[in-house]
Amino acid sequence: MDYLSPVSVEEATTMLSQTPDARVFAGATDVIPQLRAGRPEPQALVDLKGIERLMALSQSDGSWTIGAAVPTVRLTESAELRAEFPGLVEAVGLIGSDQIQSRCSLGGNLCNASPAADSVPAMIVNGMRAVVASGSGTRTVPVADIVTGPGSTSLAQGEFVVEFELDRPPANTGDAYLRMTPRTEMDIAIVGASARLTLDDGVCTAATIALGAVAPTAVRVPDAEAALVGRPIDDEALAAVAAAASEACNPIDDKRGTIAYRRQVAGVLARRAVATAAERASGRETGEHRDGASQ
Amino acid sequence: MTRTHITCTINGDEVEFLCDQDETLLDALRDEVGLTGVKEGCGTGDCGACSVLLDGRVTCACLVFAPEVDGTTMVTVEGLAEAGQLHPLQQCFLEGAALQCGVCTPGFLVAAKALLDRNPDPTETEVRYALAGNLCRCTGYDKIIRAVLDAAADMQTATNGGSTAATTA
Repeated sequence: MDYLSPVSVEEATTMLSQTPDARVFAGATDVIPQLRAGRPEPQALVDLKGIERLMALSQSDGSWTIGAAVPTVRLTESAELRAEFPGLVEAVGLIGSDQIQSRCSLGGNLCNASPAADSVPAMIVNGMRAVVASGSGTRTVPVADIVTGPGSTSLAQGEFVVEFELDRPPANTGDAYLRMTPRTEMDIAIVGASARLTLDDGVCTAATIALGAVAPTAVRVPDAEAALVGRPIDDEALAAVAAAASEACNPIDDKRGTIAYRRQVAGVLARRAVATAAERASGRETGEHRDGASQ
Repeated sequence: MTRTHITCTINGDEVEFLCDQDETLLDALRDEVGLTGVKEGCGTGDCGACSVLLDGRVTCACLVFAPEVDGTTMVTVEGLAEAGQLHPLQQCFLEGAALQCGVCTPGFLVAAKALLDRNPDPTETEVRYALAGNLCRCTGYDKIIRAVLDAAADMQTATNGGSTAATTA
């Protein structure tokens, strides 16, 4: 197995076209355990961290650009990103230990294609787009269109994610992410729930809600979103969100949780995530969320 | 397979070694460089026994390919003591009996150093979260957490010239 370290997107796409059995990686936090567990070795491993664009984090007037290989610790350390997207940053900060955070990336969390990936529902509700490179140039794809099932993506052979685009939020917008794990730390979500709301004088004008770990891919919950838009965030609306979220699940039974449990928890977490996002959108966060996030 | 030549800085010294392209940093540190303080527990990033500081960030050496570290700066447990003096963390682990078998200890020390480098006065909760990536099967963790808090207090006192009494949680 060869180790290759390109320094430009073009060099990487050339390497990938010359070595069809090559695999790209960023932090290697999924690749190495998978190889140790017996997954067939590729002919070459292509380290994308030597490419400046994949390691860049920048903001302009209209948007953020987050390199696909940027270690997540740099996102959780960014006060500016946290101020605008607290839900995205709290989702990212839940991936593994400090040791893992030094290495893991949004590109890796997305393209490893685990149904339970914490960052993915948060990227989806914030409308993030992936810039995907191949030998024939780049294309821009909604994050929601990348993962097609457990361990599989819509990326063609030789394609990789270069960076993510994230538009600055409109005024009076807030996001939140909550997950349920059997242990407080170092565990994989039974359910993850992300919500983003925009309010106008207490009335919801836009809502996106996505769930993780309850279906083969992260799922949007259009019925829950429809239950919010045009209305105040009151108990009736929150109850409708919970019911729609439970209904949207297509979960599995496994050692972490049963189907019935995941459905129930999905409703509860979606409701709480919407309530927190609404508090943040209205600028009156109670501060209760942080404790809830780690339970 | 041709071996790859790596030049890096470890514990303040410039180090050169040869490694295989698919070798982990953990294996290279132990087998090529001879730094056996870094331990293999799980080999999959769960236990933290192989924690090192890689360009200042705490990292599992088992989840790094050795060729990646060319040009980097690393600190291992062997680099904590200075001029024959144990690091305050090491001293507090000793005094507080914060170890039994000792296999996890180098990883805990390195992860704790990473915490105190960025947060010299952590709360107990912050220590527990910062060490969540390190597993110990012997101590039950409390002595480890207390040793880190004690070391932080000792270092604060030393920094302040002993003029203020640092508190432990």
